[in-house]
Parts: sequence; C-alpha cells; structure tokens
Amino acid sequence: MAINHSTAPADTGVRGPEREPVTLDVNGATYPIELEPRVSLLDALREHLDLTGTKKGCDQGTCGACTVWVDGRRVLSCLTLAMSCEGHQVSTIEGIAQDGELHPMQQAFVDHDAFQCGYCTPGQIMSAIALLREGNATTDADIAEHMSGNLCRCQAYPNIHAAIREVRDADDGG
Amino acid sequence: MSPVLGKPLNRVDGPDKVTGTGRYCGEIVLPGLAYGLIVGASVASGRVVSIDETAARAAGGVYGILTHENTPKVANAPVLIPSLAGNPAPGMSFFPMQDDTVHYWGQPVAVVVADSLEGAAHAAALLDITYESSTPVATIEDGRAAAYEAKTLFGGLMPAHDERGDVAGALAKSDVTIDQTYHYAANHHNPLETGVTTAQWDSDQLTLWNSTMGVRADQLTVARLLGIPLSDIRVITHYVGGGFGSKAMVWPHVTLAAMAARHVRRPVRLALTRPQSFTSNGHREEQEQRIRVGASRDGMLTAIRQEKLAVTSHFDDWAEPATGVSSEIYGCANYLGAHHLIRGNTMTATFTRAPGESLESFTLETAMDRLAYELDMDPIELRVKNHPPVDSHGNPWSSDGLAECLRRGADLFGWADRDPTPGVREDGHYLVGTGVAAAAYPVAFMMPVQRARARIFNDGSAVVQTGAAEFGIGVLTAMSQVGADALGVDMDVLRFEAGDTDLPNTTSAVGSMGATMQSSAVHNAGTTLRNQLVAHAVNDDKSPLHGLATRDVRVESGRMVSTLDPSIGESYADLLQRNRLLDMEALGSWTPPPLDTPHGLFTFGAQFAEVGVDKDLGLVRVRRMLGVFAPGRVLNPKLARSQLLGGMLWGLSQALLEGNQIDRQSGRWALNNLGEYLVPVHADVPDIQVEFVEVDDDVVGPLGAKGIGEVGQVGAAAAIANAVFHATGRRMNELPMTAEVVMNGGGAG
Amino acid sequence: MAMRPITFFRAGSIDDAVAAVSANPDSAFLAGGTTEIDLLRLGVIQPTLLVDVNELPLTYLEDTEGGGVRIGAMARMSDVARAPRIVERYPGMSQALLLGASEQLRNMASMGGNMCQRTRCAYFRDGQSPCNKREPGSGCSALTGVNRGHAVLGTSDHCIATHPSDVAVALVALDATIRTIGPDGTNTIPIERFFLRPEDTPSVEHPLAHGELIVAIDVPNVPVARTSRYVKHRDRVSYEFALVSVFSAMRVDDAGNVAELRLALGGVGTVPWRAHRAEEALIGRPATPENVAAAADAEFADARTTPMNEFKVTFAKRAIVRELSEVSS
Repeated sequence: MAINHSTAPADTGVRGPEREPVTLDVNGATYPIELEPRVSLLDALREHLDLTGTKKGCDQGTCGACTVWVDGRRVLSCLTLAMSCEGHQVSTIEGIAQDGELHPMQQAFVDHDAFQCGYCTPGQIMSAIALLREGNATTDADIAEHMSGNLCRCQAYPNIHAAIREVRDADDGG
Repeated sequence: MSPVLGKPLNRVDGPDKVTGTGRYCGEIVLPGLAYGLIVGASVASGRVVSIDETAARAAGGVYGILTHENTPKVANAPVLIPSLAGNPAPGMSFFPMQDDTVHYWGQPVAVVVADSLEGAAHAAALLDITYESSTPVATIEDGRAAAYEAKTLFGGLMPAHDERGDVAGALAKSDVTIDQTYHYAANHHNPLETGVTTAQWDSDQLTLWNSTMGVRADQLTVARLLGIPLSDIRVITHYVGGGFGSKAMVWPHVTLAAMAARHVRRPVRLALTRPQSFTSNGHREEQEQRIRVGASRDGMLTAIRQEKLAVTSHFDDWAEPATGVSSEIYGCANYLGAHHLIRGNTMTATFTRAPGESLESFTLETAMDRLAYELDMDPIELRVKNHPPVDSHGNPWSSDGLAECLRRGADLFGWADRDPTPGVREDGHYLVGTGVAAAAYPVAFMMPVQRARARIFNDGSAVVQTGAAEFGIGVLTAMSQVGADALGVDMDVLRFEAGDTDLPNTTSAVGSMGATMQSSAVHNAGTTLRNQLVAHAVNDDKSPLHGLATRDVRVESGRMVSTLDPSIGESYADLLQRNRLLDMEALGSWTPPPLDTPHGLFTFGAQFAEVGVDKDLGLVRVRRMLGVFAPGRVLNPKLARSQLLGGMLWGLSQALLEGNQIDRQSGRWALNNLGEYLVPVHADVPDIQVEFVEVDDDVVGPLGAKGIGEVGQVGAAAAIANAVFHATGRRMNELPMTAEVVMNGGGAG
Repeated sequence: MAMRPITFFRAGSIDDAVAAVSANPDSAFLAGGTTEIDLLRLGVIQPTLLVDVNELPLTYLEDTEGGGVRIGAMARMSDVARAPRIVERYPGMSQALLLGASEQLRNMASMGGNMCQRTRCAYFRDGQSPCNKREPGSGCSALTGVNRGHAVLGTSDHCIATHPSDVAVALVALDATIRTIGPDGTNTIPIERFFLRPEDTPSVEHPLAHGELIVAIDVPNVPVARTSRYVKHRDRVSYEFALVSVFSAMRVDDAGNVAELRLALGGVGTVPWRAHRAEEALIGRPATPENVAAAADAEFADARTTPMNEFKVTFAKRAIVRELSEVSS
C-alpha cells in the first residue's frame, strides 16, 4: 500500500511507516529500539522488550489485563501507541518488586489468594496500587467501582478486594 | 494428621504470577519466531470461490500463507471424543482448510504467517477472498422443524436418551404437575488468555507450547492429525490463562500452528484474537429445555421428564447433557431424559464450565421451587425429602452430604426466618427475595490409568512430576502438598513439575476430575517411593532402623523414625549417601474404578442467594450468595474456596449477564468482544461465602478427593432465579435474566 | 483485524496539527486513542497518518466570563470529573464522566476525543457487514439484526446506532459549545448542532471540516446545574455502556411548578439526546408523577423500536419518572 509522504509538513517530524528509532523509558531504564508507528505500547513491551508481564487479554481496551502506568497514571497499553510514549515514563509489573522483595500489594495478593490463572493479575496489581495512590479506595464500593476496568474471569474478585483492603489499612496505620 | 495436606497454604506459583515473571504459552522466546494469524470465513454457509494473495504478499514481511489449496491433508479424520477419555480429542469431527466448504462463520480459511504481529494482521486483512454463500441455519428458530432426537452424545460415549418407568402414566396420575419451557442463550468461555500455540520443528520433531488444559490430549490429537508418532511430539504448557472448558479439547488452531511452522520452516506463534475466540474453541450452545414434573400431595416426586433442544454442527451430535443430575439427585421411579438436535451452521459446541449440569439444574431446581409453592412446602424440606440414599440403580452414594449442605446453609443463611410470600419485601426501589437450590456434579471415571513420578536426591530434596496443566486450579500447589504428604518431606524441599508430555501422563484436568486423578497418581508415586526407602532402611544393617517392620516406621520431614521409639531413625539423605545412591525414584499409577462402579458418584452442594430486583426497571442485583459443598477430602481449603467462589460467580454471570446469539442474517455471533459480551466486573460481586460439609469417600481414590471446579456453578443461577421469584412473584424461564426479561415477566414460560 | 502501516507526527502546536491533518486527506488527529486505536486495529477506520495532539497545551480548565467553565480539549476525563469547579457547578457532569468506561480509559480519553467517540454498533465495528455509517450506501444490518442496544430516538431508515457517550449527554443538557480551530480559522458550534442525527448520511456525525481540531468545550453558567444528577442504568454494575441514562437538573418555584428543567438521555438516541419535548411539557407545571409520566410519553412519542429494543422505551420512561420524582422531592 502507498503512504503519501509528500503531503506531510516539510522538515518533517513525520515518522514511519517503516521502523524508526524510538527511545522508551520503562521501569527507570532506557531502551533504544526500532519500531513502526503502528506498534502498540503493549506489543512493544511484550515483543520487543521481552517484558511479558503485561498481558494481552483483548487488545480492544475492554479487559484491563494490559494496564501499565504512564507518568504514574494507569492506562491501557493496548490502546496506546508506543511511539506516543517517548519522553514519558512507563511502569510495568516487572518494576514493582524492589530488590527481590514483593511489593506489599503483591504479597497481599499471594496471601489472599487473589488470583487463579494469574493472567489478569499484573493488570489487577497495577490498578490496585494506582487506586490507593489515587485515594479512591475508602469504601468497599469505591474499591469495586474503581477496579471494575480489570476483568478477572476466574472471579477472584472477593479475594482481590481483601488484598486491597489489607494494604490500604496497613498504609493508613503506618 | 498430615502437616501439609488439607492446609490453607499460599499458591507456590504466587510469586511468579504477581511479578509477571511466569511465562504463558504466547510468551515463549525462540530465535526467528514468526507470527501466524488465522483468517476466518466471513460467511456462515457456502464455499470459498477464490483467494487472491497478491496484495497480502506485497505487504512485506509475509513468510507464507496457508489456504485450502496448499494446507496438508490431515492423516486421519478427526473424531470427537472428550479429552477425559484419554484418546485423541479434537473439539469437533472436522478439520478446516481441507476443501473449499464453509460450515460456520469464522471457520479458518487461511493462515497468514509474517515477521511481526502487525504485519500478519495487515496481510490477513489484504487477502481478497470471495465466497458463495447461502442462508445459514444458525438458531433454534431457524431449524426447529428439522429437529431430531440424538441417540448418543460425546462421540458415542454416553447415551442421549435415559428412560425408566412410565413417565406419561405417572404424570397423568400425579396430584400436582409442573410443565415449563425455558430458553437459554449461548455462552462463551472467554478466558482472559485466548488460545495460543507456539510450534517449532526440529527436523521431524515437533515441540508445541500450548495453552491447554491437558498436554497429553494435544500430543495425541496433533499426532493423529499429522500422522506422526507420539514420540515425535512434545507438548509443553507453562502457565495457562484460564480454560473453563475452552482448552479442554484440541481445536484446529493448534494443529494449524504446527502446519504453518512446517510451511515457513520457522517457529510460529499463533494466537487467537479476542473476536476469534468466539468462533474457535466452541461455546455453550443456545438451548431450549422443557421439564414436566409430577408429585404426590405429600411432596414425593412421581415423574420427571426433561428434554433439551439445541443447535449442533454439521459434523457432530453434540449437546451438553441435560439429564445427568436430574435423573439422580431426587428419587423418582419414572424418568425420561432426551436430547433433540438441529444441524446448523455453527462449529461444534463444547464443554463450558459445569457443562450441562448448570442449565439442567436451572431447569430442575426452578421447577422444584415451583413445586414447593404448589405444595406449600419449604423448598429445602422438599429437596431433602426427595433426595434418596441411593442412585437410580440402587447403588449407594460413594459419599453424599446433600441434606447436610442444605441444612447447614439454611442455618448460616438465616432461612428459618424466611417468609415464603413472594413480592412483599421492599427496600427503596428494590424488591428483595431469597432463594435456594441444590447442586450436584458427577464424578466420571472415564480416564485411563494416571501416572506420576517421585524422585528424591541424596541431599533430601525431592521432585514430583506429572503432566498436568496449571490453568488456575492450583495444581502446582495442591500436588506439592500431596507429594510432600506422601513422601513425608517438607514442602520447601519439594518441587512439583508439570505441564510437559515428557513427564508421566495424567489426563486433561476436565470434568472436575483433575484433583481426584492427579492426587491419586501423585499420592501413589510418593507412597511407593517412601515405601521403597523405608524397605531399604529396614533391610540395611547399617541403618538404625534395621530389622524393624516397615509398618513400624513413619516418615516426617524427610526423616524415617521408629514409631516404637521416635529417637531411633535416620533421614532419607543419610540412607542414600551411605549407600552411595545419588537418587531414588518411583513411578506411581492409579487405575480409576470402572465406569460401572456400584456407587452413585457426585459432589453435592447447596446454593443460597439474596437479590434485590429494581421494581420498575427489572435489573437484578445479587446481594448475598452462600454455597455449602461436600467435596470429600479438601487438599487445600484456601484454593478450594477460591475455586468454588469462582464457580458461584460464574453462576451469577450465567444468571444475569452472559448471553450471545447468532445474527440470523449473517450467521455470525452478534457479540464478539468483552465490551458487549458481559462477564462480571468487580462491582458485580456480592457478599459471598463458601462453607464445607465434611464427608469421607473411600471410593473415588486413595485420598477421597472429589472435584470442585464446577459444582460451585451448579444451582447458583437457579438459586438467584428462585430469589427473583421470591422478590417479585415473577418466574424466570430465560437466561440471562436481563432487565427486559424481568420487566416482561420472565420469558419463555 | 488489521493494522495498516501508518505514519506518525507528534504535533508541537495547534497550527502544526491542523496543517498536518489538513494537508493529508487520509490523516486523523490522535488524542487519547481509546476509540481510534481500537477501530484502527479493527480496520474500521483507515487513516495513513496519525497526528498526535496529546502534547498540545489543551489540558486546562478555566473560568469564563459569566461563571462558566472552558475545558481544554485534551483535558482527561478523570481530571475533569474531579476538578472542584466541575464537581461544584455541574455535579451531574462529573458523575457522567465517572460512570463512563474505567479509570484507565478515563485517564487516557480526552474531552475533545470523547465528542468524537464512535458507536458500539457491532455491524459498524465488524468491518464487514453492510453499514451506512462505515460504508455509505451499503445498507444497515442493525435494522433487522441483533439490536437490543440500539437507539429508539433520532433513528432513520439508514442507521439506528446508539451514541455511546455519557458526558456528551450532560453537555447537551448544559448547552455547551464546541470550539474548534481548523484550516479556515476558529469556529464555535453549539453542542446540539455538533451531533448530527443519521438521517440520510449516517457516516457524517459532526459538522467538522477535515483538519478542524476541537480545542475546547465551553460550558456556560447554569445555576440549576449545581444540583444536577446523572444516573446510568446498565446490565452490570460498572464498566458498561448505558442501557438508559438520565441527566437532570430541575428547579421548582415557590408555587410548586417546574421553573427550570434540563433533561437529557443516553443509551436511547443516535445522538446524546436532549429531551426538549419532556422539558416543554413540564415547565410551568408541578412535577407530579402523572405530569412527569406524560412528559416522558411525549418525549418517546416518535420512538421507533424493534422487538429487541422496545423495552428501552418503557425502561427510559420509568427512569425519567423516578429521576424527576427524586429530584423534586
């Protein structure tokens, strides 16, 4: 198929459609890679950086399995173009545990059996940590509502709620 | 009392799953990996007239394209048999791309392989395919006139007709009769990980990394379709992102991945897209059920006639059974169960969690609730009164517990205070009600011999292996516990390995049989090795245990000690090192009881639900759920609770949310994404509780563990529907019970 | 399932963005991407150049003369929903935002992009079925297809696709204005003229020229909106498009008559539906259940239904009656 380059602004800043150098900042590390503009952040992470902790559940923005943070805010990496993340900080599940120690939310998920197959789990955890940071987890109904973008087909929801409550209450106490 | 078995331990695979480091089958890194993508037919009935590959090949990065014109012919035609039977287990008796015929919308007509995901997708879209098409038969309404009664189901494995006594005569003489027709929408499994296969050939040796509920079924099926020896195929599964029945059978994409990899001479990963997952691994079929129940005035059932009508494919008589529980759970001398089918333009339907039992129990258990009102009896008492001590053949239950589950549930739920009057409890905009249903799920001994291996090293560490797949059922954890218990070692020195056909084989963990059969094989492997080591010790004149009878030796934490004097003993490691043995191992096998085992074989349970129904808008919100179950030995109560909770919420989902239908114009599933095909979200979850009733079972295996993967769903939707009646006075004869169904009074009737 | 090769241009200024899109007939602006990347991957839309406007300085919220609020087009739904001036002056709009999508999507989706959200009609999205919105003149599969979720108001013989937005329902009730900058300069479009009913041209959803970029949404000062509400009814409790949603803001005078009413509906129209007829029927009358029901009847007098979606009419009328009864009490 033909791409009409000539109509783009001169100079031009227009990139692609072939692979182009792209620099992604993921979990504090800098990754210079080559990507076509059509590559999603999700596929860039999984196929180009081998960071497969971020999961592809639907590739349509309907399940939340691909949840990552961009500049600290939780977003869906399947509907984000990798190239649009240049100059922004991407955080994935691989960057959550520090020095081999599970993050309290990860440990709470293990302790409360907040997953079965585990496929939605990285997205659930990225959402859960962000939720507490957002400050919208006061009531059980708040937690349920603000986690609803993360589907769990195994239906581990009650256990996920218990894990989030535990971390929230520990944070409050500490 | 075992220090590990039955303990609520955390999952051993927890750290892998919460850190994202656990690999799933679409995350295997291989040099030169190519990306395959299926192209599905965009007509439901007809033929492929032409496929023009010009534009697709010009797009760049395309390694190869398979169509019916160049796809190898399968060596043996697929024949549908459930994977639990241990035979090749194709999901349907049909393999696509063998000729130009199109039987169903989405049927694979091409596989495009390219150097990137995006390239494969783009090239697939550029394939110019023309079709001849005819009007599809896609729904019950399209084909009702052509319905026929099936003789057998599951590839001939079970009869489709079950009859005893004189149902017509008994119904005619019954004091009270119920006659109701129900309509149930189709369901799709939608595990969060769609089906995905990575295939690699090394000369004639094929390795598949497949997202599956059983590696052995994949190996058997692909070997048969490709016509190559089993020894040339190794199937590995890492973590599996959910199955729910969609990965119980071996669907065409698995073999197509192997064919594509051979075609392009590279390793190929073939993942189903989310929309494709609606047309690639079966579904729970749309169905109509009719039940007629007769009873005497004192509440004894006199007759049950339960029938089902559904659409099947052009190649298989498939129906999820609608009669296996209703023929047994209540004593009834006159019973007739039958399955009627319509051949249509659909792929063969398949197992979907609680396959058959969930909907047949909805029919039966809502009819029982009607009967309780007709008789002015408490619905729990009606059920207890009719639940017999034996099955329909007069065989005692291997273990029962139904009445205890109902009564314990009644206590916990506060049933005694319930006013049965429907439609009288208001809470704001809501009408509130409660309901109950019984649950039962069969134990089916159709699997072959199950095998496992236990191995201990001379430092005291141990490995236990069997080819099971971890798809959320907790097999890695529970089998570590079973292995540690059997061997007499601590959990932290034992590693359980699974998910590989190079390991001793167990059958696909389907039909809620995983825990029973895997634990039996692992237990036998562990105890065999333990006995071997103890025998070695008592025969070893350098051992402090020398001369003792083996029965006087017990093992704890890897140390064999005399039961007569616990200060006398030695560790496995000491025994092995002294004897210059680097390791010792044993195979364990378990031969399941015969299919005609003289016992009634079920896991029983009871479901309770409280709902609020918006009195104007018809929206049902579940407020409370309680499930009480009697699954025999519970290997790990923490994991068991999670699995039962999951099943109950699947029941909620089936009751209120999940329903798909085929567009009659195109023959295409109307909903094909998770935005519109609704499954529960966090906010849908009610207050929910699981309880166990203890029963001992010495029939179902050495540990007495029955299945829990599916019984949690059975009866849950019926309890919700009965609660909706209690709330509103309206009977629900349609699933899902959407707002309009409730507003309009309940559907089918 | 398609992902055509595309080129990508990150616009550093509004002028650059407008120039880039204007110059290329196969180009499109890329904002939050929550609809656009999905449809691109489905092959429903096929731009070859995406002009990324996410870095433009359009994320502001500021007061306008007269007490209204100007919302920058790139302000994200989650930020707007929780902005104090929105919560105070237009609580119903805040609620509509928070009841839309999920927190992840709200963090991505921009206000300007939301105005351009596309329908969830399965026949539109499948990229294959006859669909006048996607391929003018090809027909409408939804008319006789599976159409439970489809619209009953504002439909035509050529399209019954439902408009999916929640916040747009609030904005039509609030008489917001869409501000744009295009190749021919700036423009302001009253919001009800911004959403075009399908009529004979379902593919034309907005009066925007190619290259015309939404830069802001002006919400006027509407005192009655300080007690506005948005209620969304759906099958599951969260993360679903509306079956029926109701935005309402009402003031009753000392005599007990409705002095002011702003009522709009989601889930039932081909566009975010301002319930003008119901408003007119109630103004000057007491909001008794009978009067409200009559007003709702008037609103749906021309509803065009199918066997699968006719329940929406009853459902919506009851939802309106409930909502206005609660607001008035």
